[in-house]
Amino acid sequence: MTDFPTSIWPALLVAVPITFALGTVFFAAAGRMWSGLAGSVATTLVSALAIAAAVREGGLIHHLGGWEPPLGILLRLDPLAAVFIGMTALTGIAVSFYAASYLRSQDDLPRGASLFWPLWLMLWAGLNGMFLSNDLFNLFVAIEVVGISAVGLAVLSGKPPALMAGLRYLLVAITGSMSYLFGVALLFGAYGTLDLTLLSAAVEPGATTVFALVLMTLGLMAKSAFFPLHFWLPPAHGSELPPVSALLSALVVKGSFYILLRLWAEVFGVSLTFAAGQLIGVCGAAAVIWGSWQALNQDRLKLIIAHSSVAQLGYLLMVFPLLILAPGTAVAVASDWTSSAWTAAVYQTLSHAFAKSSLFLAAGVIVIAAGHDCRESLLDLVARRPMTAFAIGLAGISLTGLPPSGGFFAKWMLLKAAIASGQWWWAPAVLAGSFLTAGYVFMILRLAFAPGNSDTENRPVPRGLESAALLLAVASFFIIVPAEAVISFLESSAPFGSAIVPGEGGVLP
Amino acid sequence: MNAMETYQIYLTASAVLFTTGLAGVFMARHFFRRIVATKIMGAGVFLSLVSFAERDALEFADPVPHAMVITGIVVAVSAAAFALALARRIHQLTGEHDFTTDS
Repeated sequence: MTDFPTSIWPALLVAVPITFALGTVFFAAAGRMWSGLAGSVATTLVSALAIAAAVREGGLIHHLGGWEPPLGILLRLDPLAAVFIGMTALTGIAVSFYAASYLRSQDDLPRGASLFWPLWLMLWAGLNGMFLSNDLFNLFVAIEVVGISAVGLAVLSGKPPALMAGLRYLLVAITGSMSYLFGVALLFGAYGTLDLTLLSAAVEPGATTVFALVLMTLGLMAKSAFFPLHFWLPPAHGSELPPVSALLSALVVKGSFYILLRLWAEVFGVSLTFAAGQLIGVCGAAAVIWGSWQALNQDRLKLIIAHSSVAQLGYLLMVFPLLILAPGTAVAVASDWTSSAWTAAVYQTLSHAFAKSSLFLAAGVIVIAAGHDCRESLLDLVARRPMTAFAIGLAGISLTGLPPSGGFFAKWMLLKAAIASGQWWWAPAVLAGSFLTAGYVFMILRLAFAPGNSDTENRPVPRGLESAALLLAVASFFIIVPAEAVISFLESSAPFGSAIVPGEGGVLP
Repeated sequence: MNAMETYQIYLTASAVLFTTGLAGVFMARHFFRRIVATKIMGAGVFLSLVSFAERDALEFADPVPHAMVITGIVVAVSAAAFALALARRIHQLTGEHDFTTDS
């Protein structure tokens, strides 16, 4: 794992957005926008170059300050991290241009709206840090950077409902990260190292490891809004400025999921059991059904989209039971479905990130045009805002999982893994989730095609806003075109494709 | 009292603090009480980290957990300040001071 060549790129992926984030603070509102945009473009360029270098070399590492683990901190840009960084960059640059256009065209913005730029670039740096860190404590710091800047973004609008949701989000985030940090403390106390690679070699089954596993898993689940710890997400994501909703729903919740996946696959194998996987899978299935059902019952477009996030994140949890081997299964046999399950995890993450950010950006366009986001705002959308209606249609189809979208590929791979592993009981949940998703997506589209009354407001919307939403919707569709290349790149390095082999001494039943 | 026992007293205390804080997060409704509850959780975590510095009966205290505690305290202080600022702003705007509706 550490045989990747050393390079400066992983460090730049964190340093460049932080530098720009701090730089933007020194400007007034207009200058902040330009420097923020420059920072976004620079970070995207660095991401592209770093990914290109990672593809060439198979992966890159960086020892911060030249110190090697266990003393120093290792940043590791392996294929899995590269894909997540690419996702962040693509979503990030589209949302940045949307935000620039949005913040410039709206005149009823709250006073501190231009603080979007430093907070967003800080968030970007934190996310990249999460994807790159190979060190438990460094992950904690990245989690906190992401958490605090995400809450800062969430309360930008300054309205009481947003502040209330933001405070609740912040308290969940603090509780979750303290729980995670307690797990880190226990692991450090037991094994004396924080480096993931060294830890995975040292970790032994036993009560300490299991307790740390439970604390860290629950903490990260709360931060990712995984069912049943999802209660804070819909109000927080439904009451923000549109670019912020898009960023939080598409990217922030994925960061904690990525850490969870890494920890389960690389560190905690010995303490996991088949039953633990089933338990977390049941949470996922419940999230899919409950979240989609709630989405069907919402009246406001942004709340429909926010509840749909809870459901779509549930699919990610259903990957875990498929990765853990049942007692008596040979690793060689399992490679049939673990590879599909990993593909499902990555593609569900990518397609949801693009589709969900596109939907939130489109909802922002509708709010500007109609002045609100109740059901009536959608009437006759196809005639009034064809581009936005098209974006909602494309993104909705990807969320539902109709071919040939990215969402279809993810759900197909999940079904394939469920059937091949013999855990057929996940298949009904996947299918029911798709039916319910189709329900609310078609409800939105039916309203979009319905004739509206002529007095519906239709204020002008800058063209750039609609283009950004459409770009991301198209991305959620076309990510399956390079699927074969992406998967063969991912398969070149563990943990992608590997099964989690439960240890003998797992304490959970 | 030998070193091992002191270590265990610290650890037990940290577990009690963490659990008390966690219970407070779920039970308190007032903004300030809930924020304080997260601080108590944090105190438990930091106490456990400090006590882990005595790992492996080293001759000297392990500096790594101390560095982690310093970083953790800085993070926790800024998060708590942010939470207090939000709570104060909500109180100014609406007069509310607790989570009345749900959770």
